[in-house]
Formats: sequence, structure tokens, C-alpha cells
Amino acid sequence: MALNREIAYIDLSTAEIKTAPIPIGVRQLYLGGRGLDMYLLYNHLEPGVDPLGPDNVLTVSAGLLVGTPASASARTHIGAKSPLTGFVGSSNMGGFFAPELRFAGFDHLVIKGKADGPIYLWIHDGEIEIRDASDIWGENIFDTQELIKDELGDPEVKVLCIGIAGENLVRFANVMTGMKNAAGRTGMGAVMGSKNLKAIAVRGTMGLEIRFPEESLEYNRQLIEHIGSTKFAQIMQKWGTMFIYGVTNTTGLVRVRNFQLNQQVGGNIECEHIEKYSLGTEGCYGCILHCRHKYQIKDGPYAGTYAEGPEYTSQGAFGMEVDCNNFETILVGNHLVNMYGVDTLEIGSMIAWAMELYEKGILTDEDTGGLKLEWGNDQAVLEMIRCIAERKGLGDILAEGPLRAAEKIGQDSIKYLIHVKGMSNLHSDERSTPSLALGIATGSRGSDHLRSRPAIDLYHLPEELLRKIYGGPKPYDGPLSSDYTSYEGKPRMVQWQEMMYEAIDCTGICKYHTIFLSPNLIRFEELSKLIYLNTGLEFTPEEIWDIADRAYTIERLFNIREGLTREDDWLVDRYFDEPTPIGLPIARDKCIDREKFKQMINEYYELHGWDEDGVPRPETLKKLGLDGEPSHKL
Amino acid sequence: MEKILVVAHEKCTGCRLCEMVCSVKHTGVNNPTRSRIHIIKWPMEGFELPMLCQQCEEAPCIAVCPKDALSRDLTLGRVTLNYDLCIGCKMCVTACPFGGMGIDTVVQQVIKCNLCDGDPICVRFCDPGALQFVPANTVNLMKKRDAGLKFSELMRKSLISDV
Ligand code: SF4
Ligand code: SF4
Repeated sequence: MALNREIAYIDLSTAEIKTAPIPIGVRQLYLGGRGLDMYLLYNHLEPGVDPLGPDNVLTVSAGLLVGTPASASARTHIGAKSPLTGFVGSSNMGGFFAPELRFAGFDHLVIKGKADGPIYLWIHDGEIEIRDASDIWGENIFDTQELIKDELGDPEVKVLCIGIAGENLVRFANVMTGMKNAAGRTGMGAVMGSKNLKAIAVRGTMGLEIRFPEESLEYNRQLIEHIGSTKFAQIMQKWGTMFIYGVTNTTGLVRVRNFQLNQQVGGNIECEHIEKYSLGTEGCYGCILHCRHKYQIKDGPYAGTYAEGPEYTSQGAFGMEVDCNNFETILVGNHLVNMYGVDTLEIGSMIAWAMELYEKGILTDEDTGGLKLEWGNDQAVLEMIRCIAERKGLGDILAEGPLRAAEKIGQDSIKYLIHVKGMSNLHSDERSTPSLALGIATGSRGSDHLRSRPAIDLYHLPEELLRKIYGGPKPYDGPLSSDYTSYEGKPRMVQWQEMMYEAIDCTGICKYHTIFLSPNLIRFEELSKLIYLNTGLEFTPEEIWDIADRAYTIERLFNIREGLTREDDWLVDRYFDEPTPIGLPIARDKCIDREKFKQMINEYYELHGWDEDGVPRPETLKKLGLDGEPSHKL
Repeated sequence: MEKILVVAHEKCTGCRLCEMVCSVKHTGVNNPTRSRIHIIKWPMEGFELPMLCQQCEEAPCIAVCPKDALSRDLTLGRVTLNYDLCIGCKMCVTACPFGGMGIDTVVQQVIKCNLCDGDPICVRFCDPGALQFVPANTVNLMKKRDAGLKFSELMRKSLISDV
């Protein structure tokens, strides 16, 4: 059954490995994937541990529906205490690793301690071995995977691994599988590096029983037809997430020159450029959207190199934020971050910040080793990627992430950081979009667009449709507004998306198949059916919301235990003090209103049943069955 | 009319949905090792190739089967396997040059693609159209049209520039 996958506890210090079944009762509370990982972190981590010390706990998991016909359920979730924020670390990725982990008999790995030297885990059909990785240490993301497959003698092995950035404990190093699937955020790669864990290789031949195979196939066939018929799907299939640039840059909703402009004037990095380089598209396991391009770099030192992507995030990192107007730079930058294994979003933000400091004279040629960190200097951007991943010169400081780097650089460098909870923002500018601003300010893992962003707010949807979406499955009759510049009803949208994304991350379905960029895709109702047909577990849409609420609240409890206060759910001053200078009228001369924003946060806490300090009230914990946590059920 | 399952590998996105639905339909379980179709990949080069039984006219599996369990089914244009006659000697697995004959270790039987009795589920789920089930006598026309499309673009361009 899809429910009989096990959990493995692996202590790298003692080489002790234990496995156990996952009781159905725990499934009913957390489903799997991110939700169960969060429960495990809250239960297995001591508060206050050094995220890069042996006491941190790393979880790797496959969502509840991974490997079933449920639409594109391929995601691996990785959790730990974040070395970037000190709060909850959590990131997920697509590809083919998670299904293979399930075919090998496991859903969750809880990895503790630190190995004496470089090792990798080899997991196959119920067995787990710790193997020497001395020969592989130092290899990049691509070669690591190939070397391990060669060593194990099976090209069907799937590998997740860290690159040089993770080995060097770059605090925003990612974990990757394949050419470009990356669990990018919150520095999970650095946690693996700190444990001397280079990679996890899996291969399995254990079948995953589908509860109602025929009905599941039929329902998924309908979903495919439905998803495929949306305009969103057709655009995604052709361009991937790069299509977003056309909308957001034209309007003036992006972060250019760190935070000085909200539009790339004369920007010429639209998705259409990919046509010249593309060799076709690739999909994750079971996905019909195949959102990433396969491409070949044409010129320069990387001419002829094969790579996959890039995403909208790389257009931001190596285009908008640093104001480079060259599509090839994005292609090369994307290739480099994937090769080194480092978060494209964080590295772009760090470089853009350093450029603003250089412009302001806070960083000088002496600090940069002569590198001209000027806007639009493509070569300097690409060089900085190397310096950060290899921790060379200024790169060594930037590799520490926003807050630590600002402390090292000093002066008033901190004033120019665009971050929440110590994690940099996506290259989006939320000054005209209060709902999006609230989402990044309150996200449990720091500034982030994948925790709660109501992206469809940008579509000015009619109020009846908003009511249809945001009015359930838990009743809500408060205000909702089609105007994305309004503060009205936005806390509900953020809370709703938070619950949706949490539920989705518990199942391992890709967010692009849900209400994220299109209002017509999967929500709680469809999820309830997918879970039932594939696993036999029965939940009403409301019950799925409760599960998501429980998991999200345990993330909140984790953060509070690590010292989070209301002040951490806040934006940097620039959002309130510097109005947007350009863009369409709707996005021009806008900044966030402090008072109204405070009010929004109050409302948002209230919706969650948290007190004015953002702490879940005792009755909220009781209602969610969290009053006895940590309960050590697993 | 006889139809054949053709592969347009350049349209394949490597999603392996075909493997999954094949296994789920035939076994109720998702286990790619029990699927009749497989996607062979070179992930670091971005190349993938769907591989499945070619339903050969002069099938080596039929030729080596000592029990005549394998035969050609002319109506559906396939090679069929009669489990009542099969003794599980796996000669066919050895003989097939494409890996079209597999072994299902759960039920201890050799397995092969049976074209889902005329409505292949992999084709139904392959959204990009890398797998197609088309009348055998027009398959070349379909390929000609695909190839002709690229060619015609060039021709049209040259016509325009001539004017
Ligand atoms: S939409 Fe993209 S990221 Fe999501 S499953 Fe499909 S290919 Fe993977
Ligand atoms: S379903 Fe189609 S696109 Fe996906 S792997 Fe199979 S042949 Fe390729």
C-alpha cells in the first residue's frame, strides 16, 4: 500500500540505523512529506542547537501521494533547522528521487549526528548502507550523481546530493537531484555538508499499491485533460516560469538594482529568447507541464555546455536584481548555481545587495579584490557566483547569508538588505501588493513566495470567484477584494494559500498543478478525492485544512521555540519608506502603509487563533491536538 | 484495421507517466519494473527514449518459444502471449533484441506489451504525443507530415524572400 512505507532513523555519528513503520494515526494527523517532517523536527530537535553542528536533525521525505497517478506527485521534502535563519528549514524539489525512495521502501529519513569523513547513503529495497564518499567529495552536482551511479553499477539509481557550496557550508547551499531539480531554500545543503553527508542514492523495485487503481487512473486522466486545457498550462509547457517576467516587469512588480527600481527599463530577457537555445522540455515524474527547458549555451567559456532551466528566479537573480540585460548571462548563471549547488534566489539577492553597497561606497575595490561590482556587469556577477560557492574573498562573507554578512561588513550595510527572518526575498517587489507583502512577512521559513503567496491576486479576479475559492472549505464571510493594491481581506487569502501549500507539500504534488499561478487548478476538494482514490484515507476538504493547520502551527511552535517574536513577521523599512519610482500607474509611487500593515498582521493572527504576539492560543493548540507536543509518537 | 504504436522520441519529456499508468493498469500497483514500457534516459545529456515491444513481424520471441505460447495476432497487429501454454522458460526474454519481453518477479511470469487490447493506456496518458497509436498503413504519412513541417517552413521563407 502507499501507506506501508517506513521511516528510518540514521545516526551518522554511531552508524546506527533503525527503521519503523509509520502508524496510520500519525498519517491521519500529518499525512506525510512536509507536514510529518515538521512534526519530526519539532520532536527530535533540541531547541537552540547549532544548525551546522552534529545536533541538527535532517529529514528527507516523499509526500503521501508520491509515485501514485495523482497529478505530478514527485516532490522530495527536506527539513532541518535552517543555518540561514535559525528558524524552520524546509525546502522541496521535483524530479525522480522521491518516487524511487518509495520504491525502495521508505517515506521518511531522519538523519542525525555527523560522520567522521565524507559518506553517502545507499538505500535499496529496504536496505540502508553508509558508504565512503572520500573520492566524490569535491565533485560538482552533475558529476557526483554520475560517479555514484557508476560506482553502484546501475544507471537507474536516483541521487540527491550537495555540490561544492554545500561542502563549503555556504549558508544557502541547496540539495539537488538531476540537472536542475533543487531544494533551494533555507540552506539544507549546508546542513548535509556539516554532517559530511555528500549524497543519498536510492533504487527500489518495491511496488506501490494504489487503493483504487482504475478509478485513480480515470480521475487522473480527467485532471490531466482539465489542467492541460487551461491557458496557464499551455504557456507553462512552452516557456516554463519565465513567462511571468512579461507580466511582472511590464507592470513594475520586480526588484531591480537590489530594491532601487521596480522595473527593468528596456529589459530584454523575455522567455522567448530561450527558443534560440532550447533542445526541448523536461518534466518531473508523472507531470504533463514539463516546465523546464533543455538548453545548450552557445558562446563564451561555457559554449556547448548542456543545462536545464532557467526559472523565473534566475531571470531575477542574474537579470533584474543585478540589472544585467543579457539572456546568456541568465543561462550561464543558472548553469553555475546548479553545478555548485547553491540557491539561485539567495545568491542573486546577495550579489545585488553587494552591488548596492559598492555603489554607495560601503564596499570598495579593496573589498571586492578589484572586481567592479557595477550594475549590469555580467562578468562580475558570474565571478561572484564562483567566489561565493568557493568562499573566496568577499564571497566568503556573502556566503554567510544576509544578516551575518551585514554584521561583518558593518557600517549601515544592513539598511540595504531585502530580507525577512534572515532570508532574502524573491526578486519581486511587493510595495504595490499588500497581500504578497503579508505573505513574505509572515512565511514560516522567511521571505518567500512558496509558503503563502496568493499569486492569483494579481489577476483582479471577480469577487464571486474569489468568494468561491477563499470562502471555503472553512467558512469565511469577511471581506475579499479584487483590487491587489487593497489591504481588504488579504489576510484570508494569505492564510488560505498557506493551508493549501502546506497540504500540497504533505502530498508531494507540485504547486504548479494547484491554485498558485492559475485559479482553475487543484484545491482542497480535488485533494480529498486524490488522497482517497490512491490511499483509501478519507478526509473531507475541511479535515485536510485541519491537517494543514496542524502542520503549519507546529512550524510556528518550532519558530517560537527558537526565539521568534512578532517583530520577525515584519518587512525591512524600505518597504514603508521608499515609494516605487516607476512602472504602470497601478504600481507606481506605492509603498506599504505601516499602520494598515500592522492591522493586517493582527487580522492574520486572529484568523489563525494566535494572540497579538503571534503565539498560538492554548485553545487553538487544543483544537489542533497540539497541546501535548512534543509527543514523541515517532 | 491494424494499428501500430509509434514513438516520436523528440517529443518525450521523460516524465515516465507511461511507465506508471502501464504498471497500475496491469498490476494495480505502481512498480516500474513491472511496466511493459520503459523510458531509457541519459539525464545529464537530456536525452530519453521510450522503449517497448516492437510487435515484430518476424518475432525472435515467437521463433524461440518451445511451447508456441507466443503468436502473431493479425487483427490487433501484436505478438500475444498465451499464459496457458507458457512454461516460464524465459527464452523469449533472451531472444528479444529490444527488452520487450520482461520478467515480473512478483507473479513469476514473463510479461510483454499487449497494446492494452487495442487501446494502449500509455498513449492515452502521453500528453506531449511522444507515443501514438496510428493505422499501420499511414504511419509513414504522419512522419512525413512532421518532417515536412520543418521543411515547409524553410520553403515558405525562401518563397517570401524570392518575392
Ligand atoms: S510543473 Fe515543472 S516542477 Fe512541477 S512537476 Fe511539472 S515539470 Fe516538475
Ligand atoms: S508519457 Fe510520453 S512524454 Fe512521458 S515519458 Fe512516456 S513517452 Fe515520454
